Amino acid sequence: MKKFETFTGVAAPMPSQNIDTDKIIPARFLKTIQRAGLGKSLFNDQRYNDDGSEKEGFILNQPAYRKSEILVVGDNFGCGSSREHAPWALTDYGIRTIIGTDFADIFFNNSFKNGMLLIKLPKEIVDELMDDAQKGANARLTVDLEAQEITRPNGDKVKFDVDPFRKHCLLNGLDDIGLTMEKRSDIDTFEGKDGNARPWAPSIAAE
Amino acid sequence: MASPRTLFDKIWQNHLVATQEDGTCLIYIDLHLVHEVTSPQAFEGLRAAGRKLRRPDKTLAVADHNVPTTNRAGGIANEESRIQVETLEKNVKEFGVPYYPVMDIRQGVVHIIGPEQGLTQPGMTVVCGDSHTATHGAFGGLAFGIGTSEVEHVMATQTLIQRPAKNMRVTVNGKPPAGTSAKDFILAIIGKVGTAGGTGHVIEFAGEAIRNLSMEGRMTVCNMAIEAGARAGMVAPDETTYAYLKGRPHAPKGAAWDAALAYWKTLPSDEGATYDKEVVLDASEIIPFVTWGTSPQDALPITGIVPDPASIADEGRRAAVERSIEYMGLTAGQKLTDIKIDTVFVGSCTNGRIEDIRAAAAVAKGRKVAPGVRALIVPGSGLVKEQAEQEGLDKILLDAGFEWREPGCSMCLAMNDDKLRPGERSASTSNRNFEGRQGPGGRTHLVSPAMAAAAAVTGHLADVREFLT
Repeated sequence: MKKFETFTGVAAPMPSQNIDTDKIIPARFLKTIQRAGLGKSLFNDQRYNDDGSEKEGFILNQPAYRKSEILVVGDNFGCGSSREHAPWALTDYGIRTIIGTDFADIFFNNSFKNGMLLIKLPKEIVDELMDDAQKGANARLTVDLEAQEITRPNGDKVKFDVDPFRKHCLLNGLDDIGLTMEKRSDIDTFEGKDGNARPWAPSIAAE
Repeated sequence: MASPRTLFDKIWQNHLVATQEDGTCLIYIDLHLVHEVTSPQAFEGLRAAGRKLRRPDKTLAVADHNVPTTNRAGGIANEESRIQVETLEKNVKEFGVPYYPVMDIRQGVVHIIGPEQGLTQPGMTVVCGDSHTATHGAFGGLAFGIGTSEVEHVMATQTLIQRPAKNMRVTVNGKPPAGTSAKDFILAIIGKVGTAGGTGHVIEFAGEAIRNLSMEGRMTVCNMAIEAGARAGMVAPDETTYAYLKGRPHAPKGAAWDAALAYWKTLPSDEGATYDKEVVLDASEIIPFVTWGTSPQDALPITGIVPDPASIADEGRRAAVERSIEYMGLTAGQKLTDIKIDTVFVGSCTNGRIEDIRAAAAVAKGRKVAPGVRALIVPGSGLVKEQAEQEGLDKILLDAGFEWREPGCSMCLAMNDDKLRPGERSASTSNRNFEGRQGPGGRTHLVSPAMAAAAAVTGHLADVREFLT
């Protein structure tokens, strides 16, 4: 995973509530067997007409927002399915940070595992950042994960919380599996103990 | 004495492999279900890192999302779908994972077959790259959906890095009126708490009305816990659970059954256990529900009307309701029973079990699907289909003009041939009414199987209570 570094980028406002994973990437684009390449289908049904041309009104189709790296979003962004294709599509498009009041649990988890930083802030602050984002390409936000700080276009700083373990993994580009593999002896011990405690636990034979 | 613990607390503590200083936990996974959509990138990750799949014997794979529900022997016509299923078949062979092939009678929707085979048991941790894994919590286990990175993590280590969830209890007291089913309970619950009401929590469903549900009904309720924002839903195991499990292929037998049963009986929440959030409903007040909008929380009793955005004070909510009404092609104030439908879908991990097909058949019996309505019945597995046929349900439904299909996810999510065309409107027993969920431009009303059958025979959303004899 790439390390998360401080950056300054354009923020796009997406104030609708409950933007679900089917909106982020409709199920018919889940037929791929790869991670890369989903960015072109991000928000497909909002972004394109049936003939494949762009819908002018959609935020990411507007010249000021085409290179957005941040989304400021409405409540409960990412609800619905567990598809990691949603964060894959977002990161493939170039989104690095999403700011909102709250996010659906699985989407939140999946995003961090793909190097994306999701920031939860109180509604009043999200509203202010939403106003910043409405100002287009000239209003850029700076996201500093190390300092846990967003710098607004007017220079004001907004502090945010982040889980220390997630922060550590993001800043260092760490792969969870590698970390867990180091605990292999703990897993071996658990399996030995648990095998005695619950010998009936199902075991499936390959056919 | 130790402080009283919830069902969730007990399962969590019984599966702790390690705890980090910051409270992040490594928890052990007892059963990993795998399907073709969310696994290819995980297998690819293992391959790239030269890693093995740690416990193939705790893993089961099946193809369900992409499979056709007609002419199965003819293979999969769509190239991408076919490649995805073939990739799964190649991967299970390479990594030694147990797999039910598409033509096997045990094949079906991943969340139907785990319980059916007795693989889902009380006290277990069950995961799958699919948010409706919550279904398995009906047996008193901790079951939740994960993303593909986590799928790979479980494959490599049989564990997951997690933080404990908060406890939430939803109690449904009393007895429901005739015509009300498990689906109506969960729609009423989501309507009450909203789609983010359970975020960060595991919901334990409790109360007389939940206790009186069959395992099929409990699975329907837990299945949609995710639609209330909770990663997992659960019901404490009891005699209904044990009776369902006994004799199933992977259920313990003989002395092992007795030992397992003794353990399972220690799992229900202790007297005095506390919850971070409590919600209480009265079943006697829950009549059949439908959704009118594009979020599962847009749920109302069938006697209701499409809401008027002008009456909503919250700006964000008003905008969402306006957008939903526009997308759904409805009018504020319209009676829900006046909404005409052209498609009916009975099936999915929410309502694709034998009891669901019986409920649809009971309404369909001696009636006819309304002209112009396409009505699909899609059993959740080959075994559900077989049982329904033994009971003669297929004949009742075919005589009434329903289509009798092969098992799969079908019209729940438009990844196979079964989908809505733009502007088409369904009464569907599935779990999500999101924009485009059943096909681009498609409009979905979520209902119970009996309500779906009532819509099929009338051609509009209908109150199934008028069909009760």
